[in-house]
Amino acid sequence: MSCCNHSHGVASGCCGTAENDSEITPEQWAEVHAIIARHKETPGALITVLREAQGVVGYFPIELLDCIAEGMNIPASDVFGVVSFYSLFSLNPKGRHTIKVCTGTACYVKGIREVINRIASEYGIREGETTEDRRFDLEGVRCLGACGLAPVMVVGEDTHGAVSADRVLELLKKYT
Amino acid sequence: MTVQHDNACCCTAARRLTVDDLAVMREEYAARLHAPNMRHIFICGGTGCHATGSIAVKNRLVEEVAARGLTDTVRIVETGCNGFCALGPLLLVHPENIFYQKLAADDIPELVEEQLVHGRQVERLLYRDPQTKKPIPHFGDIPFFARQQPWTLRNKGVINPESVEDYIGRDGYRGTARALLEMTPESIVQEMLTSGLRGRGGAGFPTGMKWQFAQRSAGDVKYVLCNADEGDPGAFMDRSILEADPHAVLEGMIIAARAINAYQGYIYCRSEYPLAVRRVQIAIEQARALGLLGHNILGSGFDFDVEIYQGAGAFVCGEETALMRSIEGKRGMPRPRPPFPAHKGLWEKPTILNNVETLANVAQIMLNGGAWYASVGTEKSKGTKVFALSGDVNNIGLVEVPMGTPLRSIVYDIGGGIPKKRKLKAVQLGGPSGGCIPEAYLDVIIDYEEIAKVGAIMGSGGAIVMDDRTCMVDMARFFLDFIQDESCGKCTPCREGTRRQLELLEKICAGKGEDGDIELLEELSSMITESALCGLGQTASNPVLSALRYFRDEFDAHIKQKKCPAKRCAALLDFTVNADKCKKCGKCFQTCPVQAIAWQKKEVAVINRDICVRCMSCFEACPFDAID
Repeated sequence: MSCCNHSHGVASGCCGTAENDSEITPEQWAEVHAIIARHKETPGALITVLREAQGVVGYFPIELLDCIAEGMNIPASDVFGVVSFYSLFSLNPKGRHTIKVCTGTACYVKGIREVINRIASEYGIREGETTEDRRFDLEGVRCLGACGLAPVMVVGEDTHGAVSADRVLELLKKYT
Repeated sequence: MTVQHDNACCCTAARRLTVDDLAVMREEYAARLHAPNMRHIFICGGTGCHATGSIAVKNRLVEEVAARGLTDTVRIVETGCNGFCALGPLLLVHPENIFYQKLAADDIPELVEEQLVHGRQVERLLYRDPQTKKPIPHFGDIPFFARQQPWTLRNKGVINPESVEDYIGRDGYRGTARALLEMTPESIVQEMLTSGLRGRGGAGFPTGMKWQFAQRSAGDVKYVLCNADEGDPGAFMDRSILEADPHAVLEGMIIAARAINAYQGYIYCRSEYPLAVRRVQIAIEQARALGLLGHNILGSGFDFDVEIYQGAGAFVCGEETALMRSIEGKRGMPRPRPPFPAHKGLWEKPTILNNVETLANVAQIMLNGGAWYASVGTEKSKGTKVFALSGDVNNIGLVEVPMGTPLRSIVYDIGGGIPKKRKLKAVQLGGPSGGCIPEAYLDVIIDYEEIAKVGAIMGSGGAIVMDDRTCMVDMARFFLDFIQDESCGKCTPCREGTRRQLELLEKICAGKGEDGDIELLEELSSMITESALCGLGQTASNPVLSALRYFRDEFDAHIKQKKCPAKRCAALLDFTVNADKCKKCGKCFQTCPVQAIAWQKKEVAVINRDICVRCMSCFEACPFDAID
C-alpha cells in the first residue's frame, strides 16, 4: 500500500527506520501518533489529521506522509493527493516567520502588489518561497476577509492593516 | 458508508432549557440592559478591530473603569464585528448611544473621565462626516448605520457572541422553539417558501425548495451543512456573522434539520477564519450545555448535533459537491449533478447545504412568519442582503439593505462616496464569478435578476468599489489569475481554458497584445462557460466578459496604442515625470527603493530609467498623477 522506499516496521503502525533518520524529533513523532490515534476511527478525518500534524511538524516530509497513510489506513498516494491539493499544506520546510500577503480584490485595488514587490526585492523571494536563512516565507493568501484594513499583511500571528510599500520593510524589521 | 454518530457529547447537557426558561432569560437580559444607572460599553472585537488593537483598548478600559470604582455601574461587553471595520477599534456607549472610533489605548483615560464620569462627549474621538467634517456623536445619526436595515445582522455589535444568555435575551432560540414545538417539518418548509428566501451564497436558489427536495428524499440518515467557506476575495459577511452572532447560524441549522429530519450537521469553515471557528465552537458547547443541541432539544423529542469542519484553503470547496468531498477527507473536487445533494450528498446521503447568511435568517422567519420576511424586497428577491463594501470608498464595512435598494445608494449614501474626490469607475459584484457594473448602470437595484441583466451576479455579497485609477484589463487578469490558481483541475475546459485566457490577458497587459486576441478571449469564454463541470469554471469568464462589455476601449488602448489609460500596467508605462503636473514634493524620491529618482527641493523629480525596476512605488506615492 505504501508508495515510498522506506522499509516499514510493524511496531507502532509506523515506519521505525524512517523515524530514526528524520528531522522530526521523537517528541513530535509521539504527538503525531497521538493525533492519528485520536482520529483513526473517524471517517473523513484525514484533513483534520493533516492539519494537526502540520501544526506539530510545520511541513510534510515524506516519512510523515507515510506514517499518516499507514496510521489512517489510507493509500499514501491518496494522502499525497490531498496534501498537494490544499494550499494550507506544505511539502517544504517553512521559515521562522510566515508573511501572508492578502491578494484579495480589495487589497489588490489598494496596492498590495507594490507591497509584494518591495518584500520580494528586499529579501529576494517570490510568492511561495522561503528566504535562504529561513527567516521569512512569503505567501499570497486569497482574501483574509479583513477588507476594511486593505491592504492586509499577516506576519505569524500579527495582522497589519493599511500596509504600504513604504512602511512594509520597517514593519518586518522586528521579526528576526 | 454511514457515519457513526458519537453521542457522547450530547449527553452532557448541564441543564435542559424549556420555553419558559427562555422567557425568564429574556426578562433577565432586559432588566440587565435597562437597569437604572447602568452603562454598557459595547466594544467591537471582530477580526478587523482585533488587528487594529481593540484588545489593548478593551484591557485599558477594564483597568480604567476599575481604577475609578465604576465596575458596578459600567458593563464592558466585547461584541463581534460591528461592521464599520475601517474605523476600528470602535465602541458604543449605551444607553446614550454615543459612537467612538479609531481608538487607541491611550485615549481611554480621557474617554472614561469625560464620558463615564462627567457625561461629556470626547469630540476628537467621534465619527466625522467625510464631507462636512462635522462630528456625529449618535450612532443612529451616522448615515452608514442609519440607512441600513439590520435583519441578518440584528445582533452585531450589541451582544457578546460568546454569551448564549445575551443571545437568548434578544429573542434567541425562540424561532427554534416555535419550529420544534408548534410546527411540522412540512409547515417549516411552507414558511420558508412563503418567505421567498433565496440562497445568499450567490446563486439565489429558493431555500424552501431545496429543503423540500431533501425532505422528500427517502433515507434515515440525512445531513445539514453550513457553507462557511467564504472564499470570494472581497467578501467578509459570513465571517462577521459567525464572529458576531454564531448562535443565529446554529438555530438556522437546527430548524433546517427538523425540516428534513436530519440528526447531524457540519459547519464547513475556512481555516483562514480562526476567530470565527473559535466563537462557533464556543457557541456549540454552550448550546449543548443548555440542551439546545443534542438530545431532545427544548423537550421537543428532536435530536440534532453540529460539528465544525475546517477547510484547508481551496476556493473550489465552496462548491457544494466539492465541499462534501472535502468533509469526506478527500481532494475537494466537484462531481457532475444530478444526482443533486438533496438526494445524494455527503457520504451519499440526502444533504442540504446552506450559506451562513441564509441560515442566519431562518430563525427570524420562523418567529415572525414568512410573510413578514417577504414584505420587504422586490417581486422575486425578498428580504435583505448583506454586502461587504470595500475598495475605493470612504466607509468600508458591512452593509445590510433591503432588496430593491439602488446600488448607487449603497456606494454614496451608505458608503459615503469615493475618497480623494476621485471618480467612480465601476463596482465589482460577485467576485471571480461576477462582473463589474460601470458608473452608467449604478442605478441598478439589488435584485438577483436585475443585477444579472447588467452582466454581474448578486454573488455572496462582496462589493468592491473601483475608482478611475483601476485598469479593467488588469482586473480581468487578476480574477483569471485567481480562477486559474483555484481551478481544481478535474475538467479540461477550466484547467486548460482559463490558463489560455490568462496567458492572453497577461500578454495584453505586457503590451504584446495583437489583433484577434479579444475575439479569441470571447471564443474561449463561451466554450468554457458551456463545457466546464462546475460553477467555478462555468462562471470563470464572467469578469472578462463584463470588462469587455463595458471597457472595450481600454482593451483596445492596451493592444493598439500600447497604453494603459489607468496607469496600472507597469509594462506600458514610460516612468517619466510630467513636469507640468509635478508639484516638486519629493514623495516619489522618498519612496523609490532603488534610488532611481533624482530630486531636490523646488525641483522637478527625474527618474533614471536604467536603475528603475518598474516597481510602481512612485505611482502609488505621487498624489498628483505626475508620473507617466
